[in-house]
Amino acid sequence: MTEPILQGHGLTKRFGRVTALDSADFELYPGEVLAVIGDNGAGKSSLIKCLSGAMMPDEGQILLEGQPVTFRRPQDAQAAGIETVYQTLAVAPALDIATNMFLGRERRRSGPLGSILRMVDDGGMRRDAKKALDDLGIGTLQDITQAVETLSGGQRQAVAVARAAAFGSKVIILDEPTAALGVKESGQVLQMIRDLRDRGLPVILISHNMPQVFEVADRIHIQRLGRRAGVVTPSSVSITDAVAVMTGALQINPEHEHLGPVLR
Amino acid sequence: MSSDTAVLSADPEFEHRRGGLEKIQHLLHRSPVLSPLAVLVLSSLVFTLLGKGRFQDPSSIGTMLQATAVMATLAIGQTLIILTAGVDLSVGTAMLLTHLVMARQVFVGGWPPIVAMGVGVVLAMLMGLFHGWLVTKVALPAFIVTLGTFYIYQSLGNVYGKAQTIDSKDLGGPRGLLMFMSREINLGSFTINTGVVFALLLYVIFAFVLAKTAWGRHVYATGDDREAARLAGVDTRRVLLSVYVVAGLIYGLGAWVQLGRSQNASMNGAADVNLQSITAVVIGGTSLFGGRGRLWGTLIGALIVAVFDRGLSLAGVDQNYKNLAIGLLILVAVALDQWIRKVGK
Repeated sequence: MTEPILQGHGLTKRFGRVTALDSADFELYPGEVLAVIGDNGAGKSSLIKCLSGAMMPDEGQILLEGQPVTFRRPQDAQAAGIETVYQTLAVAPALDIATNMFLGRERRRSGPLGSILRMVDDGGMRRDAKKALDDLGIGTLQDITQAVETLSGGQRQAVAVARAAAFGSKVIILDEPTAALGVKESGQVLQMIRDLRDRGLPVILISHNMPQVFEVADRIHIQRLGRRAGVVTPSSVSITDAVAVMTGALQINPEHEHLGPVLR
Repeated sequence: MSSDTAVLSADPEFEHRRGGLEKIQHLLHRSPVLSPLAVLVLSSLVFTLLGKGRFQDPSSIGTMLQATAVMATLAIGQTLIILTAGVDLSVGTAMLLTHLVMARQVFVGGWPPIVAMGVGVVLAMLMGLFHGWLVTKVALPAFIVTLGTFYIYQSLGNVYGKAQTIDSKDLGGPRGLLMFMSREINLGSFTINTGVVFALLLYVIFAFVLAKTAWGRHVYATGDDREAARLAGVDTRRVLLSVYVVAGLIYGLGAWVQLGRSQNASMNGAADVNLQSITAVVIGGTSLFGGRGRLWGTLIGALIVAVFDRGLSLAGVDQNYKNLAIGLLILVAVALDQWIRKVGK
């Protein structure tokens, strides 16, 4: 039995009288794409924020590779190897691609230029930014010193995903990565998700787009009323049934609530 | 389907080709210093033609630079704050209060000049810290914070200074530390003072810090999109606070330059520097919306203000038209910035 790389146990988050997360469980296994779906208010965002360090759960425990971890800030999760691509992308539009990819993690030049003058290593960072984009198969961006705002929506998404892939050593979280994209660009992002998985990086994909979820996910975590309603695979249920579970019209048999890793 | 589209690329026929105007837009987007530089060069040429041989006279240029050093120094701090999408209305009165403290503690308090200078600089940094605290912790807009402190420093300065003017001879004379920035450097008929050299040195230092250090990157990112910078891992509160403290340091250094320039100390010196420093930053191509601009643009903006000032008066134009010209330049600069920011949209 494979051990989950990232787990949540009994995660609870309350906002006043509203319970966003009601003792929710969560498991992500190595090398898989896990989609998280759920209706608005089901607790998807709260769950992801707890896992990415943007929010602290009131109760419950998060385990990374079996070890309990506490994330007080996004930087804590980043330091542990969990990278999140937010829906807003978290890129600074006026800054160039390389600067954005290393934002908050700038490398200094070696020698006194770096240690005394604190000069950043632009050449090295640009080289590695270019490499990170090439690794994801994005050859269309020739100029790494281009401002991000001159890029198309899909290219910006690519920059954000490449940043996550370059620094995320254990888990990549993608929050609605195709929500703002057209058909062609969505296809490129889905391909990037597969490439990440093929490189051995597990991916958590939050999405409303059911056809995309069923196309790319290995397992689908269905969140409902602050809890996990169950886990299904794209081959075991139809989109219609998955949506019925989301809305409560159908229920999942109890043995499927803890569906383990699926072999592809 | 979608896995196939990833290996295809767009038909070249569909690729967007940039027109002439759009090329200019992209050029200015990349190099925001180009348009102020063009204005500086063109206006200098025009005033050379109109100035009856006096505008390009080296001694005239030297005088112009000496008159600009204080404002140009303060515009460095102003640039940092505007890059974070803030604004500082108090630069002038903060600097004047600081230079008054330095002067009075020597003249009235009998302190050694070096101690008075140090205390003045620390006080200036505390003013900056106060602004930064109100902006980051109390979450007040920088405009309101510095509008308030503008009046407060003005008032404190008037009360503390007792409306007196302290002369250079009471401040250790022309060779003393407080008057260090008044020392003249002669290159033929071209005469500048140490204040001009010091201001230029500050520009070199801060241009380097902004362009080549992680802190500089974080200043740009915080001003460009604060939430994005925070999520990317930048401690934006700390960056903002540090920007205001550095702006405070600049008040203190500007106070030193001001003592050398005016060769006395009173709250009435340098009346225009508050708004002029903002003018220099804006004409220099830095966006009031934060995150874009270059420090060298600010220096060019400060020189444009000086060139118009001197050029129009040498050409015999009514001084009132100077402000008309500067006002128009501000509007053109801001409109240009709006246009440039639309790049790729």
